[in-house]
Amino acid sequence: MAKSIDISDLDIYYGDFLAVQGVNMTVKARSVTAFIGPSGCGKSTVLRSLNRMHEVIPGARVEGKVVVGGQSLYDEGVDPVAVRRQIGMVFQRPNPFPTMSIYENVLAGNRLNAKRMKKDEADSIVERSLKGANLWEEVKDRLGKPGMGLSGGQQQRLCIARAIAVEPQILLMDEPCSALDPISTSAIEDLIHELKDDYTIVIVTHNMQQAARVSEETAFFNLKATGEPGHLVEFNSTSQMFTNPDEEATEAYISGRFG
Amino acid sequence: MTTPTINRPSGGDRASLPLTTPQLPPIAPALSAGLAVGVAVLAGLLLSWSVVGMAVLAWLLAMVFLPTWSLLLEGRRKAVDRLVTALVWSTFALAMLPLLSLIWQVVAKGAPALSVEFFTYSMRNVIGEGGGIYHAIVGTFLITGLATLISVPIGVLAAIYLVEYSSEGKVAKAVTFLVDVMTGIPSIVAGLFAFALFVLIFGPGIRMGFGGSIALSVLMIPIVVRATEEMLKLVPDELREASYALGVPKWRTIVKVVLPTALSGIVTGITLAIARVAGETAPLLIIAGSATSLNWNPFSERMATLPVFIFSSITEQGRYPEAQTERAWGAALVLIIIVMALNLIARLIGRVFAPKTGR
Repeated sequence: MAKSIDISDLDIYYGDFLAVQGVNMTVKARSVTAFIGPSGCGKSTVLRSLNRMHEVIPGARVEGKVVVGGQSLYDEGVDPVAVRRQIGMVFQRPNPFPTMSIYENVLAGNRLNAKRMKKDEADSIVERSLKGANLWEEVKDRLGKPGMGLSGGQQQRLCIARAIAVEPQILLMDEPCSALDPISTSAIEDLIHELKDDYTIVIVTHNMQQAARVSEETAFFNLKATGEPGHLVEFNSTSQMFTNPDEEATEAYISGRFG
Repeated sequence: MTTPTINRPSGGDRASLPLTTPQLPPIAPALSAGLAVGVAVLAGLLLSWSVVGMAVLAWLLAMVFLPTWSLLLEGRRKAVDRLVTALVWSTFALAMLPLLSLIWQVVAKGAPALSVEFFTYSMRNVIGEGGGIYHAIVGTFLITGLATLISVPIGVLAAIYLVEYSSEGKVAKAVTFLVDVMTGIPSIVAGLFAFALFVLIFGPGIRMGFGGSIALSVLMIPIVVRATEEMLKLVPDELREASYALGVPKWRTIVKVVLPTALSGIVTGITLAIARVAGETAPLLIIAGSATSLNWNPFSERMATLPVFIFSSITEQGRYPEAQTERAWGAALVLIIIVMALNLIARLIGRVFAPKTGR
């Protein structure tokens, strides 16, 4: 089910402003890849271009190639909606749908697409997804309650359950733990470990320990200078990245001597 | 480089300020008000002033007594606080005065007119006592209901276009500008517009209830657009993105995620817009006309409505002015009750549809 992502010569624009320039990398299937780098260097922008969420912002566009499992995402005639059905996303702030219950939130991806299913089929999807997101035990007795009533960490796991309920090929996570306390963070990191057996996961994080803990490979993004576009500085296995990086800039950033 | 010197207070023997200060007793405002009223009534009786004169004097005296007392006992800051508090309260009371007296007048004069006959009879062949406003209630509900049927889809869809699809382009700016202009259209102009339109289509002298609905929807659409637009803007973009990220197309995102999230606000806005146009008189007078008989067909003939009924009862009193005036007050009371009920319904709906956050 999981697929790899090949990115070549990716330039990303907001209107006329070139935000990210010349990204080349290959994200392996069934592994966790972390994007690190200072704020504003384009990590989230690159991540959002991987499931065509970037173009949701007015004026935003992408040049270059992103190939997922042999299919180019930015070819003419590619339906962004179909792309997003295969590449799920979890956002920085937990965003369950406020009008829906926990049960409906998990099924949102199916229900909103008007997929008809029987009651027991729906039940099994909800149970499987919530178990997959390590949330089942906490909410199984109150599935009919509003999703907004959960704690922040639970809401974020609910959003992960919602994302995996549609069984995507790839899961993109945009700083999924930045709004959470250490315990919830640890719960989600454990979850990422379990999920990588079935999914290709790309995670943006500001927390370098987190990148070191959860990922197999790490990409370091940086700005060339203030006002210049962001670019990929180094892409390497996480162990090498954090012990013996190829680039001096990477080492400076990781060890806290920034710039 | 010289090290900056910090101004330290001399030693550790600074006298601490007292934390308690003299205070007026809690009944001080009431006391000064009572005193002011007493003095004013006394002076008014002596100089044989009217009640209004006495009230103004009492207010002026109260505004002097309390701050002066406070200044002498509590100091300047609290005296200013008392003065401004008193000013705020009196402006509030002043604002409430017309509202309360209006409701009092309408209830006092309108309540005696209410009876079973009043609600179940029209004015057909009624001269003098008796008769009722059944025909006008039916007309008001038919015309306002049709106006709502016309304006809600147009208004809500226009707002959806503005917020979700226009991306702030030239068309959106033009539409927003026109909506703003429409908000300021005097209701009589809306009536003339509907009248001119129907004269063009059906020839001169045309009167029908549906024309009134058109005129009212001209007034209603901008309100609905504005209310819906504001509510849609309040829906966080994160919810839209969450939906897109699940592979949901844009239109489904709007129908299934954005609209339900904003629904309570939209319904409240619509109900308030209905309440706003239900009392319109001028446009209905022009195009719907007034009638004494019941008319269930909004597409032909004149149709009575509550505001127009009130207007014509007062202006065409004929030989039985008492009966006409009493019916006018009764109809006014019914109209106010309808509008108030709509406001209450709006609040209720707002609460029922509000996104749930409970645990």
